[in-house]
Amino acid sequence: MTLFGDPAVWLPLAFAALMGVSILVYVVLDGFDLGVGLLLPLGDEAEKDRMIAAIGPFWDANETWLVLAVGLLLVAFPAAHGAILTALYLPVAVMLIGLILRGVAFEFRAKTTGRMKTRWNWAFFAGSLSASLSQGYMLGLYIMGLEHTAATIAFGVLTAVCLTAGYGFIGATWLIIKSEGALQLKAIAWARRRLWGVIIGLGAVSLASPLVSERIFDKWFSFPSMILLAPLPLMSALLVFILWTALKHLPAEDDKWSWVPFSATSALFLMAFSGLAYSFYPYVVPEKLTLYESASAPESLFIILLGALFVLPVIIGYTVLAYTVFRGKATELRYD
Amino acid sequence: MEELILSRIQFAANISFHILFPTITIALGWVLLFFKLRFNATGDDRWMAAYHFWVKIFALSFGLGVVSGITMSFQFGTNWPGFMETVGNVAGPLLAYEVLTAFFLEAAFLGIMLFGARRVPNWLHTLATFLVAFGTTISAFWILVLNSWMHTPAGFELRDGVVHATDWMAIIFNPSMPYRLVHMLLASGLTVAFLIAGISAYRRLIGDRSKGVRLTLKTGVWLAAILIPLQILAGDMHGLNTLEHQPQKVAAMEGNWETGSNVPLLLFAWPDEEARENRFEIGIPDGASLILTHDPEGIVPGLNDFYAEDGAALHPPVAPVFWSFRVMVGTGVLMLLISWATVIAMRGGSAVDRLNPWVLRALAAMTFSGWLATLAGWYTTEIGRQPWLVQGVLTTEAAVADVPAPMIATTLAAYLIVYAVLLLAYVMVIFRLARKASSDASVRPHSGAAQVALVPAE
Repeated sequence: MTLFGDPAVWLPLAFAALMGVSILVYVVLDGFDLGVGLLLPLGDEAEKDRMIAAIGPFWDANETWLVLAVGLLLVAFPAAHGAILTALYLPVAVMLIGLILRGVAFEFRAKTTGRMKTRWNWAFFAGSLSASLSQGYMLGLYIMGLEHTAATIAFGVLTAVCLTAGYGFIGATWLIIKSEGALQLKAIAWARRRLWGVIIGLGAVSLASPLVSERIFDKWFSFPSMILLAPLPLMSALLVFILWTALKHLPAEDDKWSWVPFSATSALFLMAFSGLAYSFYPYVVPEKLTLYESASAPESLFIILLGALFVLPVIIGYTVLAYTVFRGKATELRYD
Repeated sequence: MEELILSRIQFAANISFHILFPTITIALGWVLLFFKLRFNATGDDRWMAAYHFWVKIFALSFGLGVVSGITMSFQFGTNWPGFMETVGNVAGPLLAYEVLTAFFLEAAFLGIMLFGARRVPNWLHTLATFLVAFGTTISAFWILVLNSWMHTPAGFELRDGVVHATDWMAIIFNPSMPYRLVHMLLASGLTVAFLIAGISAYRRLIGDRSKGVRLTLKTGVWLAAILIPLQILAGDMHGLNTLEHQPQKVAAMEGNWETGSNVPLLLFAWPDEEARENRFEIGIPDGASLILTHDPEGIVPGLNDFYAEDGAALHPPVAPVFWSFRVMVGTGVLMLLISWATVIAMRGGSAVDRLNPWVLRALAAMTFSGWLATLAGWYTTEIGRQPWLVQGVLTTEAAVADVPAPMIATTLAAYLIVYAVLLLAYVMVIFRLARKASSDASVRPHSGAAQVALVPAE
């Protein structure tokens, strides 16, 4: 345990990294299936079934990354888990009810027809919308240091709208991969329209976080970090440009390049996430609690780490297997 | 004080709703594997038809289990921060192992199990079915390890009021874990047995004469008839284990106030905590002594031993524990009678066809009896742990969050409405699926045949 120096230092850091990866994977994976939920009302009846089929085999496993992220927060940083979740009590409840609604609507709509199916479609949309909005709102409040003032709530509303646009966007790029024909054309149009929301959202968060915190301002706008960090915004700008160009020219012949928007979006999410992670380190509750202060005892963290190191490659292995088995264009979803 | 009771109701509502679905998926996963293996061995389409019907109900239950499980992982932080702050060093790794080893396994292979039969080779589809069943069981294992540790904590030491793990084997194999795990796994088996028997009986009653339904009816009834005696035995052993480690809970279950010998088994009573006595008592002489010590002269602990010097009760609230225990045992007895009566009525050749419609009606009425018994059992053991959250280590009161009561009340109301709607929808959809499968079966007698997928992966 002393291999990497003091375990009270490197273990919390390792867990912060694991938690960060889980959140990022969650935002990309559940982001696309929440996004498809947000786009659902825009498709016609047959397209709705196709859209649902594009996420059908994946959503259960995608949501599990949220359980892992919150689970890691809970087990590795119990004090932070309590502080963050009691401060975000109401949006958490809204998100949970949203996730419940869309999860069950997914199953129920497959087993009914007619008017009931229409209702479950709406429940699926409403659940996806409230889950996305509340996640965005929580992100905003978290950036604002979990304070509840008129300004922080207004910022939370802004991030709520922007994250929802971001989910809708990545959902559309997922549909570009999984669909063909008229639906694919629609998905490209949906993505084009939402790219603006993504740009505004990224800009708003990038501007607001250094403005509300002097510490974050110093971390970004001081020498030499300003130069070392320059690739982050430059890469993001490049990715936005790639997305812009790709969406303008798609669909290409033989469905070439259809994977580009989704991949570029995932990379863009990675950039945004890295920026946030850099800003907040070493705090896990902004400006209040560092990850070292809130971590569990090293011996308990070590036990979990052993399990995680053994299990994570396996999880990645069968996640890849599941995505390989269900690769290609979405077809009718059948329970056989 | 209001925050405490509201938070407790909210947690109870969430976990009661949640447990309904794992209770089904744990055992239904193995039953599906059984159907699949029977099909692989015999090539008989009816097994695959049974698989296709029940896998839909599995998917529905699993979805509800996942979403209500996500709620649970947030509840610890939103309502009970003191729990993780005090015992996080033990509870954390156990919960982490649950998510890492089980949750992902189930969620990833569920997709293949549900939608993959045409896309993967048959052996991989069978393997996926096995891994999902295995995953749900491992999941249950870790959760029951943690829950049992909260009842009979072991393998830890307290430093500055925080629990630190000293012996992981002692934590995992804590004294009540083996009993609780077996009791819960059997409860899941019985819940599924009566669900399958009940839905199959319902399909017979609405005129479905297909062989597939006959097969699942028999599977359900036999499973129930085999499991219920085992469950009674396991329950008895679990009770003896509780007597050793949590005598105050057993005293409340028996409604016994004075420690002594020749304690009767109460069939009915109205426990009055103010007066420290029961009203309207009807009991079988020496019954409780006989069951708990296997000796009519045996000593049974009494609630009067569990009062602090200042008169504060150190035992759980008596009436809820007393009554939930009776609901659980009563349901179990009914399960025994009905499953064995049906097995006896089914003997001989064209057994199912000669079943009296009243037998089928009784089975249909028992469709969700497993839920009732499971919930009553959990109420017995969890309310029976009060006033402790972790027996002897942390009181429930000390762990609750400082969230304003109106906020808890609002979210509680929202959860309750959502849960009520979902529960209603779940039950309606199951019966709807049953009617649909039966009307399809009457059009195409062997509906499984057309859908069987033996093609290798594309």
